[in-house]
Amino acid sequence: MRKFFSLLLLLGFVFYISSIIGTILFHEDFFHAHNVGLQITENAVKQTGSINTITSVVVLYRGFDTLGEVTVLFLAALGISLLFASGKKEKNKIEDESFILKYGSRLLYPFIILFGIYIIVHGHLSPGGGFPGGVIIATGFFIILITSDFIKFNDKLLSVIEGFAGLSFIIFGLIGLFGQDNSFLANFLSTGVPGKIISAGIIPFVYAIIGIKVASELSGAIGTFTLVKQEGSKNE
Amino acid sequence: MNSIVNHEFIIHIASFGLILIGFYIMFTQKNLIKIILGLDIAETGVNIFLVSAGYFKNHTAPIFSKAGLSAEQMTDPIPQALVLTAIVIGFGITALALSLVVKLYRETGTLDVSKIRGLKW
Repeated sequence: MRKFFSLLLLLGFVFYISSIIGTILFHEDFFHAHNVGLQITENAVKQTGSINTITSVVVLYRGFDTLGEVTVLFLAALGISLLFASGKKEKNKIEDESFILKYGSRLLYPFIILFGIYIIVHGHLSPGGGFPGGVIIATGFFIILITSDFIKFNDKLLSVIEGFAGLSFIIFGLIGLFGQDNSFLANFLSTGVPGKIISAGIIPFVYAIIGIKVASELSGAIGTFTLVKQEGSKNE
Repeated sequence: MNSIVNHEFIIHIASFGLILIGFYIMFTQKNLIKIILGLDIAETGVNIFLVSAGYFKNHTAPIFSKAGLSAEQMTDPIPQALVLTAIVIGFGITALALSLVVKLYRETGTLDVSKIRGLKW
């Protein structure tokens, strides 16, 4: 009976999706009509100084949304640490893993973090930015956390860094609000020469803040999984 | 329809296929981790569809990395910025869901949805 209903639901979904795909296929100009993206690509370099149009959409044209997105990520990390708050805070004992894994990860992790910083710093010049760079840095810490005791996972320090980064994002926005443009997250610095590292006004700074925040949040979220001691089920 | 078999069409079909596979997994599987994996697969399909919606044939990425590029030969930046957001939020959702599963496993000792009391499905 359950299978029947789920198949029925799926069939309804297939019908819905095929009607959408029909609309797309039989209207040649479906995607090309009313192209806001073209307007943005034409004017973005002049207005923001960032040669990467996606970055200027994410940080400036849609900066308020990005603040909301960072908040969603913060809520997810908060939920994870709340769910594990009751458990005993003890790091899982690392079993004797091979020498190569242990020292290979130690050798690799500075380079992973360096690559993450590169991705963040070049967010307004090349593909990348705060979110992917933060994820890469968190991956570097994650490799260390699961393979050796080289770094002690510090929950408190990470939440302090995270809170500081979130606060500076809002402060950056408020400076724009009380500056000459009178809008939240306005570009109050000079845009400089497009294509240079120090250009595009506040975009590199905001992306660095986002990178720090994402990196600390994801490291915290992943580290929480390694922290909690495995316990038997309570029903027994 | 002269362009019935082209690049975009294949990508659309593939993304819808991924969405359907993900939904099928979510509807039929009983293991909680498999349900979350189904959610992830469906989400990947949605992301691919959104990126392909902004893609035009023979256009470049919207980055003015060298001189002489004009805005007319670039793809749409808005869906790509949207997908950047969606991927990060998808990560948050998956991590939160997995931590809920860990908690549930500690409480009940099983991952099977049909065996957990309080869930009717």
